[in-house]
Amino acid sequence: MEKINILLFIVLPYLSLLVFFFGSIYRYRKYKYEYSSLSSQFLEQKSLFWGSVPFHVGIVLIFLGHLFIVLFPKEVLAWNSNLIRLLTLEIGALILGLSSLFGLTVLLIRRLTNARLRAVTSPMDYIVEFLIFAQIILGIYIAYGYRWGSSWFASVLSPYIISLFTFRPDIQAVSQMPWVIQFHIIGAYLIVLIVPFSRLVHFLVPPIHYIWRPYQQVIWNWGRKKAKSKDEIWTVTRPFNN
Amino acid sequence: MNVRAQISMVFHLDKCIGCHTCSIACKNIWTDRKGAEYMWWNNVETKPGTGYPTKWEDQNVYNGGWRKDGDDIELRGAGKLRGLVNIFHNPHLPVIDDYYEPFTYKYLDLIESPAMDDQPTARPVSLITGKPINIKMGPNWDDDLSGTPDYARKDPNLEVLSEAEREAMFQLEKLAFFYLPRICNHCLNPACVASCPSGAIYKRGEDGIVLINQKVCRAWRMCVTACPYKKSYYNWGTGKSEKCILCYPRLESGYAPACMHSCVGRIRYLGVMLYDADRIHDTACSDEKDLVDSQLDVILNPYDEEVQRAAAANGIANSTLKAAQNSPVYKFVKEWGMALPLHPEFRTLPMLFYVPPLLPVMAKLSTVNNDEQAKKMDERAKHWPDNWLYDTSTEELWGTIEQSRMPLKYMANLFSAGDEGKIVNVMKKLLAIRMHRRRVTVGDVDAQKADIMLKEAGLDSLTADEIYYLTSLAKFDDRFVIPASHREQAIEMLEFTGDVKGSTGFGFMEKPERGL
Repeated sequence: MEKINILLFIVLPYLSLLVFFFGSIYRYRKYKYEYSSLSSQFLEQKSLFWGSVPFHVGIVLIFLGHLFIVLFPKEVLAWNSNLIRLLTLEIGALILGLSSLFGLTVLLIRRLTNARLRAVTSPMDYIVEFLIFAQIILGIYIAYGYRWGSSWFASVLSPYIISLFTFRPDIQAVSQMPWVIQFHIIGAYLIVLIVPFSRLVHFLVPPIHYIWRPYQQVIWNWGRKKAKSKDEIWTVTRPFNN
Repeated sequence: MNVRAQISMVFHLDKCIGCHTCSIACKNIWTDRKGAEYMWWNNVETKPGTGYPTKWEDQNVYNGGWRKDGDDIELRGAGKLRGLVNIFHNPHLPVIDDYYEPFTYKYLDLIESPAMDDQPTARPVSLITGKPINIKMGPNWDDDLSGTPDYARKDPNLEVLSEAEREAMFQLEKLAFFYLPRICNHCLNPACVASCPSGAIYKRGEDGIVLINQKVCRAWRMCVTACPYKKSYYNWGTGKSEKCILCYPRLESGYAPACMHSCVGRIRYLGVMLYDADRIHDTACSDEKDLVDSQLDVILNPYDEEVQRAAAANGIANSTLKAAQNSPVYKFVKEWGMALPLHPEFRTLPMLFYVPPLLPVMAKLSTVNNDEQAKKMDERAKHWPDNWLYDTSTEELWGTIEQSRMPLKYMANLFSAGDEGKIVNVMKKLLAIRMHRRRVTVGDVDAQKADIMLKEAGLDSLTADEIYYLTSLAKFDDRFVIPASHREQAIEMLEFTGDVKGSTGFGFMEKPERGL
């Protein structure tokens, strides 16, 4: 039993993170053309709205919430010391979870029933949808059945995850968890593991810099001024667009 | 003054015969691939007509281009706030049904079907799903069908015309139409560049070609919305946007782009123009009535010594400057003032110019009595009891322009943001040159009359002959003045162009396939 726990809660997370980290970088450098959100709105746009928007809003905020609790457990516990604030947080998170569940269900039905979409669906897309679907179901079940998640997550699981990142893995607490929660954790590792092999890479390249870049972009393939000037050395640089 | 060079084009619409050779030349080279079958980087539309994608000019539907926002301009359907908020679902995205579902026929069924009582047929199948489809739309579905209610009458440019004017246009005997070939305009103030959240789209400094970096595009789809000409297309197969690349691999090796090279009517001209990049923004913000004039003002005179000094300071090669001086585009657009941009009111400052067509205005219908003529006909001959004449005589100097069969208001809506005066100016020039040349070659036009026409159009006989030469007799090298690309200085261009053969022409060796 202990060996399985070590495998699932120490080996698997390190393996996932390594594959995620190096895999994503390798794919970005070697197969940059494949980094895309692979939007299918062009082929079907009516039900996409009811799928994509609630799913993305829900899942992005839930992900950031998990991240926040891992990084700032004390602050979350302090916030949760007041019942009203605790309930606000928990109910808010549950609504976001349900919203992403609703969205993903719509997306799944859309992908299964539309012939045009099936033409652009790879087996990996089904794996991704199944994993995230299972993850959301488990998450909602945990939020409902093991209250209050934000509090025990901050006090029990945050130290475990931080222990992984500080290379002193401590799986004492996590191996005592109910199996539903353990499955949720394993699910998270599996999703991280498949990021570099799936369309999930698009969350690594959000267009944040659009906010501050100027609207117009003019790119010179070669510095003509530099090439003509006697004072400057003309260096060979690979152009941006190649 | 920040002088930059732009490869620019003129399309002489009077010469376009609507043969679609340009579209096919382009398709064969660039878009004959999965996911790109529906794309026509170059297409030819019949006007009046709804175009491709359907009603692309109606920005109330597609929300493309810029609109004036106080003293500034903003993107209509995209931009920093709108683009990022709508990133999960873009409400203004045209979808495949706005273009058409690409299809092929099961030709093999004709050969391989077993012996039957009936002839086998080649059924149409979708190129997306592979399943049989009922074809509802195809490229150029409205070709030459200007009069049918489904297409011509739905042209967004007709909205400014009164009901009576519209009806007059579509009477069968008066019906007139012309062709409008379109490629990417390689704008000075491109909306696609501004709308791209990833920053994948850029304008090349050396020649002004607007390109999408295929490795940076992440399928956020905003360029498709933002381009008011709908010349940025989403490849549903690879999940990347693609657009006309002005055949830059050909241009860099001194060839004309495929669409221009193959043009049967020789309607296309290509050359360099210098422009002042510092004034782009102010120009794009100017009032609608000043848009055309201020856009033409941004284009600089390559003979001006000050411009030449500023160009040299900006690193523009002497060969490019020389090409700008010989540019046929500069002559049509600036010297002769005969070419106008398409839909300048979109405020992208398109750098592709059109000489509006004169042909439909030349003839008019007049009522005559044909009874005497009819009596002379053999009784077995079929004839119609018509009492009108297709009249090509020109008693009044400019009368036919004002009574044009293609209403001036319609033309103005296409080429000058509604200013009929600009259209009349160009038409006067075209007509005056025609009269002048008829005097020279046929000699049945009164010399004085031709001179008056030339003078009123702002031309003299020498210029008229020059325009006539470039319009009708010009050789390949007159129509395409392509500056040297200086491969010795350009690393990108030093690469062996043959490497790209068989790939998509985006300049990299990775197979352009959809990721997992």
